[in-house]
Amino acid sequence: MHRWLVALIIAMGGAAGAAASGLERVPAVSHPATAKECGECHMAFQPALLPTGSWLRITDGLADHFGEDASLPADLAASIRAYLAANAGRSGDPKVTRITEQSWFAKEHRFRASVWQRPEIKTKSNCLACHPRAEQGDYDDD
Amino acid sequence: MNRPLLLATALTAVAMAAVAAEPARDAIVAAYSQLATSENPAFSGFSAARGERLYLGPHTGGNTETPACATCHTADPRASGRHVKTGRAIEPMAVSVNPRRFTDAVDVEKRFARDCPNVLGRPCTAAEKGDFITFLINR
Ligand code: HEC
Ligand code: HEC
Ligand code: HEC
Repeated sequence: MHRWLVALIIAMGGAAGAAASGLERVPAVSHPATAKECGECHMAFQPALLPTGSWLRITDGLADHFGEDASLPADLAASIRAYLAANAGRSGDPKVTRITEQSWFAKEHRFRASVWQRPEIKTKSNCLACHPRAEQGDYDDD
Repeated sequence: MNRPLLLATALTAVAMAAVAAEPARDAIVAAYSQLATSENPAFSGFSAARGERLYLGPHTGGNTETPACATCHTADPRASGRHVKTGRAIEPMAVSVNPRRFTDAVDVEKRFARDCPNVLGRPCTAAEKGDFITFLINR
């Protein structure tokens, strides 16, 4: 389907395709500090991909961030925390910090284990490996 | 504007941008040099060869997944690297292909503070930081 047509359908209040997750198009990261600091080691994930509680857990624990030290000066961390929380998604389990462990993610990504192990993919969180426009918040690839 | 003139203007702008980026890098190296002298009075200047050994490793003492800076930054500093855990591409480290390298003191310090413990199991000394940058300025 043409991109403009999809946009038109959404604008008219219709549902586009198999929009089960409701996350096929999410607003791009619009906070420069978040784009910079959270986009260094991996793509800066869009706030709509996790609920507020998950973002608070993540931004309160940056010194031990999935085994990495991602700590930031307090004022910078606070401004990123506020941006992510204010723009968080409405669905998902706030106790789960990984996007890739949310139940919607599992439903949308039922692939054989061998797919995840491909060297160019490396990890489930490497959205860009499969969604070329992921940095714009576009996960609608068909 | 005619074409040659436009081109000349563009080239001047590029040349100026390249020159303008250098004082920032020089200042970073100078600050590490001063710090290295205060850490070790016998310090006698940075060495690209020592920087290359730091870059290539392999080292022990850090995270077993990251035995060298080259693990993520790639063995050829002129090539794009790749974060070993996330798969994210990392722009080349060599200043010759990526002139924006080592021009923001805050970013540089932040990354040394994260990356050295991952690889070495300890922070880098000021001498090591200067060696590392010197190696990459020469690449
Ligand atoms: C120093 C590197 C580094 C920085 C900086 C960093 N992260 Fe991460 N992040 C990681 C690593 C490594 C993982 C784990 C990746 C994996 O296992 O697939 C991760 C995972 C994540 C995940 C979970 C991905 C998934 O599997 O669903 C989220 C969400 C996340 N980071 C958010 C952030 C935010 C927000 C920031 C900025 C405050 C940030 N990260 C900054 C290294 C970093
Ligand atoms: C191994 C490849 C792969 C990786 C890695 C991957 N995805 Fe997907 N994703 C897919 C495929 C294939 C689909 C199904 C596409 C479809 O049905 O149109 C999908 C579907 C989705 C959908 C639903 C799209 C829709 O039309 O409803 C979202 C949202 C999504 N992915 C987000 C992500 C995010 C966020 C990440 C990273 C944290 C990620 N994906 C990582 C391959 C991947
Ligand atoms: C786990 C992956 C990883 C390893 C290992 C690693 N780095 Fe990095 N490094 C990064 C990432 C990601 C960036 C930020 C992205 C960028 O600057 O393009 C970065 C950036 C840097 C920067 C900032 C450069 C600038 O221009 O701002 C310095 C300095 C640096 N690394 C030094 C080192 C040193 C020294 C080592 C080895 C002791 C090392 N790195 C090992 C991932 C790594």
